[in-house]
Amino acid sequence: MIAASITTNVMLGTALLGATAGVIGTFAVLRRRALVSDMLSHAALPGICVAFLITQSRDLLTLSLGALASGLAGIAVMTVLRRWTRTKEDAAIGIVLSTFFGAGVVLLSIIQQQPTGNQAGLHSYLFGETAGITRRDVQLIAGVAVLCLIVVSLLYKEFKLLSFDPDFATAQGWPTLRLDLWMMGTLAIVTIVGLPICGVILMAALVIIPGAAARFWTDRLGRMLVIAALAGASAGGLGTFLASPLPQRLFGTDLLDATKLPPGPLIVLTAAVFFLISLLFAPQRGIVARAVAELRLRVRIAREHLLRALYELSEPQQPQRPYIDRDQLLAQRHWSEWLLNWWLGRLAARGYLELDDHRVRLTAAGFAAAADVTRTHRLWELFLVESAGIASDHVDRDADDVEHMLPAPLIRDLEERLAGAGRLPTAPQRVPGSPHELL
Amino acid sequence: MIAESQSTPSTARATAPALEIHDMTVAYHRKPVLWDIDLAVPEGKLVGIVGPNGAGKTTLIKAVLGLLPLASGKVLIYGKPYDEQRSLIGYVPQRESVDWDFPVTVNDVVLMGTYGRVGWIWRPGAAEREIAERCLAQVGMSDFANRQIRQLSGGQQQRVFLARALAQDAMIYFMDEPFSGVDAATEAAIIELLQKLRSAGKTVFVVHHDLQTVRSYFDYVILLNMRLVAYGPTETTFTPANLHKTYGGRLTILDEAAEAVRKREPIR
Repeated sequence: MIAASITTNVMLGTALLGATAGVIGTFAVLRRRALVSDMLSHAALPGICVAFLITQSRDLLTLSLGALASGLAGIAVMTVLRRWTRTKEDAAIGIVLSTFFGAGVVLLSIIQQQPTGNQAGLHSYLFGETAGITRRDVQLIAGVAVLCLIVVSLLYKEFKLLSFDPDFATAQGWPTLRLDLWMMGTLAIVTIVGLPICGVILMAALVIIPGAAARFWTDRLGRMLVIAALAGASAGGLGTFLASPLPQRLFGTDLLDATKLPPGPLIVLTAAVFFLISLLFAPQRGIVARAVAELRLRVRIAREHLLRALYELSEPQQPQRPYIDRDQLLAQRHWSEWLLNWWLGRLAARGYLELDDHRVRLTAAGFAAAADVTRTHRLWELFLVESAGIASDHVDRDADDVEHMLPAPLIRDLEERLAGAGRLPTAPQRVPGSPHELL
Repeated sequence: MIAESQSTPSTARATAPALEIHDMTVAYHRKPVLWDIDLAVPEGKLVGIVGPNGAGKTTLIKAVLGLLPLASGKVLIYGKPYDEQRSLIGYVPQRESVDWDFPVTVNDVVLMGTYGRVGWIWRPGAAEREIAERCLAQVGMSDFANRQIRQLSGGQQQRVFLARALAQDAMIYFMDEPFSGVDAATEAAIIELLQKLRSAGKTVFVVHHDLQTVRSYFDYVILLNMRLVAYGPTETTFTPANLHKTYGGRLTILDEAAEAVRKREPIR
């Protein structure tokens, strides 16, 4: 019972931490500073070990201060490398991250050989753990998370400006260096305080993934922060839950031997699932939405091609709407018989066509639609020939690509231009003649 | 502080020039890119900053705005140091200087111009929204207020930056290539706006590339090529002789001197 309640506490604490990490991580992602948190967490390991060696205590606050000190030392070394030598930023991050982490692992094995070493269990800092977390630790983590959230919400406007246009911010009189320190300091503190649960290797993922996932869902910074907070909170909470003995007790399954599985990887994997869902299913930016939009466009283009072919084949006998042979249509473009018949069926279902076995005929509604499509096509062709100086026997192909995407205002603009030049027929004949010979 | 210095220029304004630069030298990574600039520009003028690529036009603006440290010299705005006069300054950076995929709307960007008067922690309120609306209308972008900035054309993005600068409600504007990559309609709209600003007594500095239009656009011109080649009223300054001095090849001696200074210490 006690174990269960402490697990619930840890879950809540991690959820809160995840929310804060998502929020501050969003700014880091937008400023392309995401790797700073990765470097910071790896560079924290030697500090944790040194703090333990000095105090021989596993107190979270003590170890966190050590972690913060060596994390900041890592950032300082990276800055020096980048600014005063020819090392580029990515290389500098790689060097510092691996060197500090290597030193940390060496220190870990030294501690392990000490008499008190095994009880210290500092190894759990690699991938995180929930078992050794005390109520007081949870309070510390939650408290820090809330404080950082407050800082970010107070400085929201300033952080937004700093992230979008730091030069403008400086010119406007904001102390951008100090603001930057506040932002990066908050990022550092959130990263450090999450280490005992998420571990130094994977903590950065909790900072980076929620913000990166949130970007798919919205074009507003405010909403993006809320989404990142929710994603971070759920990843933190759910990951901790999966790593606790709770699911075993609740569902009676030991598919995952939770007692041996650290929470860090589970939190990260949960966050990664959110990212994957965002990547696939987000409206507009998601892969599925983009594929659907692309497909819709293709379908529309194919329909418009068919309508235009129908219009042009019936053009010599207008205003009557003659019957057209399917074979004639088939010769117009490279479409298979099967596909053509399928399309004709769809247009008939819309009420645009009358079909019989070998022939088709536009209905009044179908004729109007076909005339519109042809009109846009020819407007664009005329424009290309007259204003863009493209030869009239080249223009058909070029017009094909673009005309289906022309927005309505642009078409109106085209009409006005061509009408002004006396190139548009007046009503009732709305469709201008083709500027090239029809095959 | 930002909020409290919103006051109009002090009494010194009546006499002091809008912008004074004394002996300014600017260096990038120890390599001097602008040497010994001396200038005094009166209020209410449109000033073109002209010179070849790498002449230091953007550097001049950035140094005046405090975005780059001065190796030597000083900058005075209406007779006072820049830090005390920031609220009198409006800035239009180069369009390429920001990430246009950033998750903000047109309205958000224009509101940023009012952040100076809003001050720490407070958010823009109804008054600021009204300012932003008015400034967007001035550049003809009201219909786009809720668009994400990525969806705009280059000319429209430039107009948004102008609206943001207008929202700063400044006395002196610095514009870094506002005409770059804009369509003819936008260029005409910007020029009209500049003339309105001038008639309101504002001073506007514009980094400009198109030598054809310098005479018709600007009252004063600054000809720059790593040092101040010439400065004064366009009529008398924008002469073939001065242009030849500005564009007639890089000043190899200055270049070599700068290179020597940089190389003296391999680790900067």
